Amino acid sequence: MSPETGPSVAQPAAIEGERAYLLRYARLQLRDPAQAEDAVQETLLAALEGAARFAGKSSLRTWLTGILKHKIIDHLRRAGREQPLTGDGDDRSEAEAVDALFAADGHWREFPAQWGNPDAALENSRFWTAFEECARRLPARTARVFMMREIMDMPTEEICKALDITATNCWVMLHRARLTLRECLELQWFGKSGQ
Amino acid sequence: MIPNCKHTAELLSQGQDRPLTPVEQLRLRLHLLLCDGCRNFSRQLEFMRRALRRYRDRD
Repeated sequence: MSPETGPSVAQPAAIEGERAYLLRYARLQLRDPAQAEDAVQETLLAALEGAARFAGKSSLRTWLTGILKHKIIDHLRRAGREQPLTGDGDDRSEAEAVDALFAADGHWREFPAQWGNPDAALENSRFWTAFEECARRLPARTARVFMMREIMDMPTEEICKALDITATNCWVMLHRARLTLRECLELQWFGKSGQ
Repeated sequence: MIPNCKHTAELLSQGQDRPLTPVEQLRLRLHLLLCDGCRNFSRQLEFMRRALRRYRDRD
């Protein structure tokens, strides 16, 4: 490690100060809290070792998140090998759940409701509890793909490559995730009177 | 041909993941003109993406 600590070198205390943020980020990707903890730990270690490489061009958080993304992808790849994405039973029941949202002629069985001004909910801490609960209910493999897309902002081609699935498969899973999350939010939050 | 709700929902979702072709965009627009439910769904997709970003970035 470089001995000089100029203003552009990331300070250990500042790095450590981002732990809570990084952990929340990791836990959205990795269901297993121990894995999320590991990924964050690896990130903090890598950041401390490479503190001199932090150029100060981006914010410390952006830099750390960039490192964390790679650590998370490593974990997801490992998980993908140990527990492949083709869980047949899971896949069938999920497909059925999504099919059940539409009638045989392709109409919604129940139309998505008008949510009014949903952004107001973003300021309500109880909404975030419901949101987390809904996100947790997504089947593991669907959630993995969805969070890579939405939280890590990965293009679908990259997700396909990382998990060795086809683009079509990827789109199907993303769509299911959105339908499922939408359904849950409407049930848990937006459909309730007085919210 | 105007797609049904199920297909429209798929296109709306894929629109968040890849550029839709001009033909797909046109079919989507035709359906949305006629369908409140899918218009709501479209707004909800955008909201969910905003919410996920906010969840990720909030302190």
